Amino acid sequence: MTTKHMTRKATRHISQNEGLIFEKSSPGKAAWKLPPLDVPEVDTAKLLGKQERKDLGNMPEVSEIEIIRHFTRLSTWNYAIDLGMYPLGSCTMKYNPRVNEFVARVEGLANGHPYQAEKISQGALRIMKTLSDCLLEITGMDAITLQPAAGAQGELTGLLMVRAYHEAQGNARKKVLIPDSAHGTNPATAATVGYAVENLKSNERGMVDVAALAAQMNEDVAALMVTNPNTLGVFEQEIHKIADLLHEKGGLLYMDGANMNALVAKARPGDFGVDVMHLNLHKTFSTPHGGGGPGSGPVAVKKMLAPFLPTPVVITKADGTLGFEYNRPQSVGRVRAFYGNFGMFIRALAYIFANGPEGLRETTEDAVLNANYVRKGLEGTFDLPYDTPSMHEVVFSDKLQSKKGVKTMDLAKRLIDYGFHPYTTAFPLIVPGALMIEPTESEPLEELDLFIEAMKSIAEEVEEDPQYVMDAPHNTRISRLDETAAARKPVLRWKPETSVL
Amino acid sequence: MLQAIGIRSVDELFAPIPAEYRLKNDLSIPRQMAESEIVDWFKQRAKENGEGYTSFLGAGAYFHYRPVVIDALVQRGEFLTAYTPYQAEFAQGTLQAIFEFQTMISELTGMDLANASMYDGSTGAAEAVMMAVRVTGRQTAVIARNLHPEYREVLNTYATHQEIPQKLVSFTASGTVDLKELERAVDADTACVLIQSPNFFGTIEDVEAIAEIAHKRGALLIVSIAEAASLGIVEPPRQADIVAMEAQSFGVPLGFGGPYCGVLATKEKFVRQMPGRLAGQTTDKNGKRGFVLTLATREQHIRREKATSNICTNQALVALMVSIFMTVYGKVGLRELAKQNLAKTVYAADQFSKHAKVLFAGAPRFNEFVVQTSEDPYAINSRLLGHKIVGGLPLKKFYPELGNAALWCCTELTTRSMIDTAVGLVAESERSVRTMKDVEPEEVAR
Repeated sequence: MTTKHMTRKATRHISQNEGLIFEKSSPGKAAWKLPPLDVPEVDTAKLLGKQERKDLGNMPEVSEIEIIRHFTRLSTWNYAIDLGMYPLGSCTMKYNPRVNEFVARVEGLANGHPYQAEKISQGALRIMKTLSDCLLEITGMDAITLQPAAGAQGELTGLLMVRAYHEAQGNARKKVLIPDSAHGTNPATAATVGYAVENLKSNERGMVDVAALAAQMNEDVAALMVTNPNTLGVFEQEIHKIADLLHEKGGLLYMDGANMNALVAKARPGDFGVDVMHLNLHKTFSTPHGGGGPGSGPVAVKKMLAPFLPTPVVITKADGTLGFEYNRPQSVGRVRAFYGNFGMFIRALAYIFANGPEGLRETTEDAVLNANYVRKGLEGTFDLPYDTPSMHEVVFSDKLQSKKGVKTMDLAKRLIDYGFHPYTTAFPLIVPGALMIEPTESEPLEELDLFIEAMKSIAEEVEEDPQYVMDAPHNTRISRLDETAAARKPVLRWKPETSVL
Repeated sequence: MLQAIGIRSVDELFAPIPAEYRLKNDLSIPRQMAESEIVDWFKQRAKENGEGYTSFLGAGAYFHYRPVVIDALVQRGEFLTAYTPYQAEFAQGTLQAIFEFQTMISELTGMDLANASMYDGSTGAAEAVMMAVRVTGRQTAVIARNLHPEYREVLNTYATHQEIPQKLVSFTASGTVDLKELERAVDADTACVLIQSPNFFGTIEDVEAIAEIAHKRGALLIVSIAEAASLGIVEPPRQADIVAMEAQSFGVPLGFGGPYCGVLATKEKFVRQMPGRLAGQTTDKNGKRGFVLTLATREQHIRREKATSNICTNQALVALMVSIFMTVYGKVGLRELAKQNLAKTVYAADQFSKHAKVLFAGAPRFNEFVVQTSEDPYAINSRLLGHKIVGGLPLKKFYPELGNAALWCCTELTTRSMIDTAVGLVAESERSVRTMKDVEPEEVAR
């Protein structure tokens, strides 16, 4: 077995076993202490009557050192950007600067209450205003809301505005066009806003088929949701023609900003015909993914959509102070309570400050450079279904390896043994067995080389011993998990073992 | 690297972007800053943001103590900088933590199971309504007017294009849902009744009675919980079909409104209509226990436009904060914590009632109460601000019929001396408003 490269990035090491927190619990253990009560004690039974809770069920009772060890041990079972390259395509797993975490925890920002008076909220409002201004400059759009909690809610907000705009023109329209290369949230969102979804085929270069679009475009189409660069990492070169086709028939161009890491400071969606778009602060602007969230999905729009922004919006008042404006009769309404994931605004703004105009441009250049370096390194070893130039990510397929029965997920699992997080396997759907690789600008050359070596080594293993790859991972705490059983008889919570047996 | 790729400059890589769209100038954004400058800038902003003020605000965002172990643990890079745990073999840390979160939320809410999180309490409530529509095949939602007004606004936004008509049910003199009106509102087309308990005014609803009314007509009951700390001492809504909770109180900073941690809990039979990620227990091929994201056929990445929701990214790291908080306080601490909240609130409401009217005294309450004054609460708050105190939330904007009313909140962090000072200042202004001509109040609040 070829294992010569494996030791270069990863080595097996001791990892601690750890049960569920409930299995460590025993009565009398505690990690909390309250100050002495400085007001009279109350009779809870008298106050609450039948509403008084007597028992908190199986909530744990553990000591502080057990809590620290429990979660620390769990953490060591995770892979993370802090441990190495995380080349998940379209997820933009870049370094999360620690200064972001530090400033988000500054007293006054961390403890600001959303309903405190505007007079003592100028700091938070200034952060929101400054971030908004920066994002508008970066996108080339006219107006923005920071309220959406994540990318998918950004899409929802954007499409609600599209709908409100069309309604104001007297016709809400019926459907949204979505390329077959799109992320799953796009069609799910369109359905939530009450639009029918119509698929748009990609052409042989992996781009929107402009002729097909022209044929499908009519007055029933509210918008086209396009990701640019698309999920193949390909820039839609005819983007302006696409925008013109939509605009001619009164439709709007929505851009999913998942892949903005390829464009920041190099090109602006507002300049190439986009009417409405969302950004993912947890992708492009370095806020941490945190194991699945929180995200933040600001939505930027052109002027004609501004009246429909969710309430409230940040405004500069006559006296120069900042405030929230609630009276916006054409607004689509609120998409969440308060003002959005404010903590993420702080982090994203810190990232923009740390980069400045030159830094953001270099970041984008490095992201595209790294992707092309990986592409060059793996071309020939893996099938490249579209040889159109890549921007920030490259999509290979498992076509060559699947001849031996090895699929993209097997290759991905084997990559874990080499000390890397796998690339994206789930989409784009137009590439069967996709290997969608986005290295981001964060990776040093050494890490990229190790990754390329690992991928090549795995390709060799496929030739020598495909079954070994199909059985991967071999070096993790646990081997492949039985997902079918998990879904068939779901066990979604711990329960104490009953002694009734 | 350029050589390896076979190009002479990075610019060549951007050739696919038509030349007319390639930026030629620097972006007009602030110049690059050193770390020390960044820290300084944000510290300046913090100073302009109520740093050092004492606050009596609640209304869906609560100031509770956050044990320091929370930040010590969530800042571990293995949690902070990990992605969604789709590759289960080396995301077991995140997955087991989610499984424990789901378990603890189920225990606390009295439901069978819970999901891995939603964006916040408001979107959680809206998603719960859409879930009830799917479960029942009915279309109308009956909503309590004492549900958080911003939650209602979010629901309006979501419901509009799902064609879910809403009926609002008012509240009685004790601040709780008007059961007679509810009886009349619920009919054969009602998918769900959505209430909040403790409600927006801080009073506790008779969930059992409301559940009976809903269930009698085949509707589901959704209970929204905005103040999670209440679950330590208030009976959970066991009769509900869906609990839509905001868990911010459990170790999540106020942070000017987010990120927070919504979560849905429900009965086992409804799980396949539940939105959001779920971690489930299974085994690997050697029989070892492990956890995976499961029932993904409900979700957008599999079902696309037929998914239960478009949610993808959730609030994972915030849910971890919540988990650590629940673990720290645990079975006994959560109860003691809730008792302190209750005691402070009883004391504060008593003190206020000597000088002003405390509304909705007819029902038990947790840690919030409504104070009605002779003077405009905005004017009172303006004066309090001069003493570095943030008074209760004026309710005029949401409930004009309550007049000069404000929603006050006490937690375990509110000291007796803070309460006495605030009550003293309100008492003073109540006295002066009767003797003095109105002074034009400075418009401070929004």
